[in-house]
Amino acid sequence: MNQPPLADLRRAALAAALLTLLPWAAEAAADDPASKGYAIAVEMDRRETGFGDSAAGLEMILSNAQGQSSRRALRITTLEEPTADEGDKSLVIFDRPRDVQGTALLSYTHIAEPDDQWLYLPALKRVKRVSSANKSGPFVGSEFAYEDLLAQELAKYTYRWLRDEACPGPAGAGLACFVVERIPVYENSGYTRQLVWVDQQEYRPIRIEYYDRKDALLKTLELRDYRQYLDRFWRAHEMTMRNQQTGKSTTLHFDDYDFGQGVSEASFNPKRLPRLR
Amino acid sequence: MRCRADRACFAAVAVALAPAPVAAEAAAEVDAVAGGSVAVETRVFTRPPASPRQDRAGFSPSLVIEPELRLEWNDGLDYLTLIPFVRLDADDDERTHADVREASWTHLGEDYDLVLGISKVFWGVAESRHLVDVINQTDLVEDIDQEDKLGQPMASLTVLRDWGALTGFLLPGFRLRTFPGDDARLRGPLPVAAGEGRFESDLGQGHVDLAFRYAGTFGDIDLGLAHFFGTGREPRLLPEARGGRIELVPHYDLIHQTGLDLQATRGAWLWKGEAIARAGQGEPFLATVAGFEHTRFGVLDTAVDLGLLAEVHLDGRDDAAPPTVFDHDLFLGSRLAFNDVQGSEILAGVVVDWETGAMAWNLEAERRIGERYRIEVTLRAFANVPDEDLLAGIRKDDYLEVRLARFF
Repeated sequence: MNQPPLADLRRAALAAALLTLLPWAAEAAADDPASKGYAIAVEMDRRETGFGDSAAGLEMILSNAQGQSSRRALRITTLEEPTADEGDKSLVIFDRPRDVQGTALLSYTHIAEPDDQWLYLPALKRVKRVSSANKSGPFVGSEFAYEDLLAQELAKYTYRWLRDEACPGPAGAGLACFVVERIPVYENSGYTRQLVWVDQQEYRPIRIEYYDRKDALLKTLELRDYRQYLDRFWRAHEMTMRNQQTGKSTTLHFDDYDFGQGVSEASFNPKRLPRLR
Repeated sequence: MRCRADRACFAAVAVALAPAPVAAEAAAEVDAVAGGSVAVETRVFTRPPASPRQDRAGFSPSLVIEPELRLEWNDGLDYLTLIPFVRLDADDDERTHADVREASWTHLGEDYDLVLGISKVFWGVAESRHLVDVINQTDLVEDIDQEDKLGQPMASLTVLRDWGALTGFLLPGFRLRTFPGDDARLRGPLPVAAGEGRFESDLGQGHVDLAFRYAGTFGDIDLGLAHFFGTGREPRLLPEARGGRIELVPHYDLIHQTGLDLQATRGAWLWKGEAIARAGQGEPFLATVAGFEHTRFGVLDTAVDLGLLAEVHLDGRDDAAPPTVFDHDLFLGSRLAFNDVQGSEILAGVVVDWETGAMAWNLEAERRIGERYRIEVTLRAFANVPDEDLLAGIRKDDYLEVRLARFF
């Protein structure tokens, strides 16, 4: 027996209704703030993938509210881990101030587990494995915490897209930004959340606001002077972290980066630290 | 200051030392990096010395010059390091001394490192005693904490693998331990014969010592296992009649020593242990130091980190071995890291012998001034020291040391 025509009609109507709903459903998925925020972070991460290794020297200028300043010079080498389940390795060596010249900090970032860190103290020729629980502590007295400087692995946060707006500050002039909230899921973070302004064209962070454990605005990071390497990778050459509560600030001026120097895995072996210069 | 040198200047050095394939490249670019430090310091003793022979001056200034020169080539994969050291001391002729802390060529290979020349090596994890650290001789006139070391001639090859690092050391040229002079403070109860040593090995200072070390990381565990065979750095001090008085003469024995060091890094807790087994000085014995360092990051809503340290010392050596203060002792300490622009830090602690009650108190504070100066303040005090104790000679030598260093 054939089904009554009405039934067919009803089915057709339902199908039509569903069809009209589909684009809306797709829109809903993308517009769901969590999915959209995550998608933006994935895209940022994707654009960062494949750099291999990079090295740059930088000057760090620490200023207090009275305008007194102090300078540091350091070199950072980063080795990308080819697998997605491991974080990058980074090596920081100090050239100035002179009393800490040769001091080195080696970090292995991990996705799920705590990071590994070794500190090399040249006066004693001593390598110390140090606690990586010190996420929120200041890095060498600056306004940057360790967690601000270590590799920003995708899985270290949950994300939520908040809104689209014009990118802030002089670096963002003429650019449209996503504003994404990210919440650290790793232990010992000093932040309840961060707001990241990401430019919609190149997916570069333009500004980051850091909210402390009481959810008050603590610090603002402005990233400027972006230069592109290997026709792909954007690097900010000036970063200013301003503490909104104390008036202190720290500015990083990066030299040009070197990419793909073929840095060997052995140079990131903690046992080699005493011989690195 | 970092200057780029003319090819002609260093080409000869580079060619002489570099493996042939890199020599041509090396000549193209040699970087010279010069630095180092000059420090003025003074010790202030609060009490008259234990022996009338010792200088009674309560105020004892000193000048330390330690320049550093490095020549790099082959993109920094080869470098020469030169670190001479000179101290001029107002009161102690033995403390006035010079040394070559480092004069070596280092080559960093793809997965191996080679060091040839005079160099320094540190092994270990503990804070209050460096038990497994055997390569360099202690420069005891510098500081009684035994953390200052003399440069050691060596050839060392380290092979770096993902399972860890394996190093072999060839150590020719034994260095005599330095001792404070007869009239100096911070010396033992009897004067030590300056610049002398008796050796178990017929080769004397010419005995070539050997050492091997494996070091690896397994998750949150860092482990080191080493063996040393040669003339031990720690002498027995035996009395001899000399010119109408008794002097102590250092005797250096051939030893075998196996050392293990271990650290587990668990969040804010560092669990540390070192142990050695030594044969060659009396009956074979074991010694250990084990404990923890726990850090509270950002105490009281400040940037200050507070570390709490505790270490237990045990040492099974008999009377035929050089005596140690760490036979049955407990170290308790605390470290304050201010995390400020000046890098201010304070480490304070006490080592207590739980059998005699003898105590050695210690405080070290340091802080940078401006970009090029650093001030360090050290305070050491001794209490409850029995007359027969190893520390008896320095029991009245409580002192404050202030050191101002300028870095170049």
